[in-house]
Amino acid sequence: MFDFSKELDLEAQRRRAAFYFLAPMIIALFCVAAWPLLRTIYFSFTDTSLTNLYGGEWIGFDNYLQRRELSSGRVIWRGTLVDPAWWNAVWNTVRFSVISVFFETVFGLGIALVLNAEFRGRGWVRAAILIPWAIPTIVSAKMWAWMLNDQFGIINDILVRIGILERGIAWTASIDTAMTAVLIVDIWKTTPFMALLCLAGLQMIPRDIYEAAKIDGVHPLKVFWKITLPLVRPALMVAVIFRMLDALRIFDLIYVLTPNSKATKTMSVISRENLIDFDKFAYGSAQSTLLFAIIAIFVSLYIWLGKVNLSGEGNQ
Amino acid sequence: MAEIILKNVTKSFGQIEVIKGVDLLIKKGEFMVFVGPSGCGKSTMLRLISGLESITTGEMTFDGEVVNNVIPSKRGIAMVFQSYALYPHMNVYNNMAFGMKLAKSGTDDIKQRVEEAAKLLQIEHLLDRLPKQLSGGQRQRVAIGRAIVRDPRVFLFDEPLSNLDAALRVATRLEIAKLHHDMGDVTMIYVTHDQVEAMTLADRICVLRDGYVEQVGTPSELYEKPDSIFVAGFIGSPKMNFLDGEFADAFDCTTLGIRSEHIDFCDENPVWQGEVVHTEDVGSDNYIFVEIGTKEPLIVRSPGRKGSEYGRKVGLKPQDQHLHRFDREGRPIR
Amino acid sequence: MTRTPWEWTKLIGFYALVVVIVVISIFPFYYAILTSFKSGTAIFEINYFPVDFSVQNYITVMTGRNFVRSVINSVYISGFTVLLALFLAVTASYALSRVRFRGRSLLLITILGVSMFPQIAVLAGLFELIRFLGIYNTPWAMVLSYTIFTLPFTVWVLTTFMRDLPIEIEEAAIIDGATPWNIITKVFMPLLWPALVTTGLLAFIGAWNEFLFALTFTISETQRTVPVAIALLSGASEQEIPWGPIMAASVIVTVPLVILVLIFQRKIVAGLTAGGVKG
Repeated sequence: MFDFSKELDLEAQRRRAAFYFLAPMIIALFCVAAWPLLRTIYFSFTDTSLTNLYGGEWIGFDNYLQRRELSSGRVIWRGTLVDPAWWNAVWNTVRFSVISVFFETVFGLGIALVLNAEFRGRGWVRAAILIPWAIPTIVSAKMWAWMLNDQFGIINDILVRIGILERGIAWTASIDTAMTAVLIVDIWKTTPFMALLCLAGLQMIPRDIYEAAKIDGVHPLKVFWKITLPLVRPALMVAVIFRMLDALRIFDLIYVLTPNSKATKTMSVISRENLIDFDKFAYGSAQSTLLFAIIAIFVSLYIWLGKVNLSGEGNQ
Repeated sequence: MAEIILKNVTKSFGQIEVIKGVDLLIKKGEFMVFVGPSGCGKSTMLRLISGLESITTGEMTFDGEVVNNVIPSKRGIAMVFQSYALYPHMNVYNNMAFGMKLAKSGTDDIKQRVEEAAKLLQIEHLLDRLPKQLSGGQRQRVAIGRAIVRDPRVFLFDEPLSNLDAALRVATRLEIAKLHHDMGDVTMIYVTHDQVEAMTLADRICVLRDGYVEQVGTPSELYEKPDSIFVAGFIGSPKMNFLDGEFADAFDCTTLGIRSEHIDFCDENPVWQGEVVHTEDVGSDNYIFVEIGTKEPLIVRSPGRKGSEYGRKVGLKPQDQHLHRFDREGRPIR
Repeated sequence: MTRTPWEWTKLIGFYALVVVIVVISIFPFYYAILTSFKSGTAIFEINYFPVDFSVQNYITVMTGRNFVRSVINSVYISGFTVLLALFLAVTASYALSRVRFRGRSLLLITILGVSMFPQIAVLAGLFELIRFLGIYNTPWAMVLSYTIFTLPFTVWVLTTFMRDLPIEIEEAAIIDGATPWNIITKVFMPLLWPALVTTGLLAFIGAWNEFLFALTFTISETQRTVPVAIALLSGASEQEIPWGPIMAASVIVTVPLVILVLIFQRKIVAGLTAGGVKG
């Protein structure tokens, strides 16, 4: 209509600035995230080894699934998808994630309800529950490993003293209890995070709703189910998905607390083992690609089913 | 200092058209007020003139120069925001000097201009305070001072009084009027939803509705010769009385409008008869609400502050020369 | 105020619950401190209260086995990573929170997605990249790889903080002639420094605690970060786990964090929830 091409209007000027502002970040993320991810996926289709990173050749899906017919006519299947160790790791990861996130949510919500009440010393209690969160995972793994020690551990001592156990058990070493040990430590360490997120959600609920319910004489339990829970649900949903994604990729706690235990080995642990320790670089790449795919599918499903507003844009 | 011309200006946000083709001339040195109900587009108009939003189609000129794509700081405008928008981390002096510092003006020059503005607004003693240490009225002055320092050709006000209490609002209104007088040839554009503010401040008022200009004129033009039912109802307090149906038929129109002060009580040959249902004493005047069979009771200003008791039967007669007759489209029949 | 017995029961029950929460939260840390001050064989006696005060374990840790070197590595790597992330994130989050452009929501979701990446998925590719750049077994390997989680996190949190700054202040600055760069440096940064400190601190803690990359991308003891050093701390023989020095090392690296967290308690909660609930 008119030709104003000489001048850039305000919005165009801002858009141009935005481009320059975003470019370094996007380049950085491309280098450290997108490119390595693509290379990992590429490696999973080759026979690359740790010692010869550039000597790998394309072998298609063989790392995932490979059909071999022996001269005798017998057919054998090989690859990650028929590897019992891999499926054991998948099962361990799912079990760990579901149980830990469930307990963290329940305990977190409980602690948040306590902290949402007004009482003297509330600030101190909130500070105290931040401590497990502040302790590095490796340190908490070591601290708990010591406390769960079969001979000199204080946990066994307490349990024996109050008569739950007859004699101490090897929490981290025993196949039956290793997962429990990992769960205890993870729940201990991560519940504070859930509690803080739930507390933030609770504090957004206007107080007068509770006062109205009190005046109406509604039973506290009913208030919780009918008012509190529905109102914190959106915050809770987001917290749960964050925790779930975190749990699905767990590595450090298990690597340190229960090294080499078949009962706790997760997808991340087994992938790294193959990648670095066993020099099955391509095979490990295939496993980490699968883990990525599982998480990606999980996120898409969750966003699609739950219609979670992750960007927070709609609220503005 | 600037003459602003808008030619067929529109503004859309995505699919929604907010300004739907506005032609407007704002004269040099004029005090123009944009008024209208919320959502009419008055703030958008101001933002288009400021350059914070760019116009979608049409043309806008400042003194003959097309400014469609000129960024705000190069238009020679200054703006006073509703929330004052002072920089919280800078003291009053730096708030006022920020623009000149960005323009790399000399320190002495900046100092002189800031001090002049501070003197004009009587805020010299506040120069090293932070915004949070000021009262609402003081913040408002600083915001105006910041605008003065920019030495603009157009002064823009976006509902600057709405965060002040009633008493301060009247005082500040007076000061803005004085400022306009003192600064002589600076064009001022002022947005408000309050028609009293508009009437008291404006040289001319532009009434907006749904993205269109409804009427532009001096306060008395709008009051006496409204171009539509909308303007007639929007300008003036209490609101103009509207009568329709057989009341309007009797005057050969679809809607009949009459202001409260243009109705007389008369006991002989009244045009309308009714019963007093309510009276309001606002101090300077008494308003009598008379039920004559229309949708809403007729509001009549009682001369000489005479009250009237509830339930009394009265006769009423409109002053013929002040009747506003409107046709089916809401346009006046003259 | 008089209370009925039922109200007393409820009150006591409530405080008992509070006590249980607090004890469970702090007991492991307390027990680690208690253990770290025991010497020799005293460590194998189970005590609930301090009985011994010996700094032997601390001396062992500080004098031997490159532990001090690891602490310096960790401080250096985490500090540098955080500064880099903040530098890139401040301008990026201004663009994401304040400028309307097409694809903004998609970009935000992508950034969030990257922060949820399973780190193992990029391990092979990063390993190749780090070898290619010749920075294997140097601090730069960690600085590079940590960017994958510190950068999305800082961008995300700063974007939520910046979105909350009043729009009129920015518009006043635009009218005063400020360019986007002026707005960031002269108006937003001074207003946002508490948020910058909080975000930086949270990113620092994340980098300080990282284990997988640090384990994979270092080989020599002198290049290890603190978590790797603690995880691989071994005693005189293979069989014997040096619990005393491990606890001492744990206390040394945790105490500064706990103090920081307690000082910045309120701000950290705000930062976490900005990255969590709103995000």
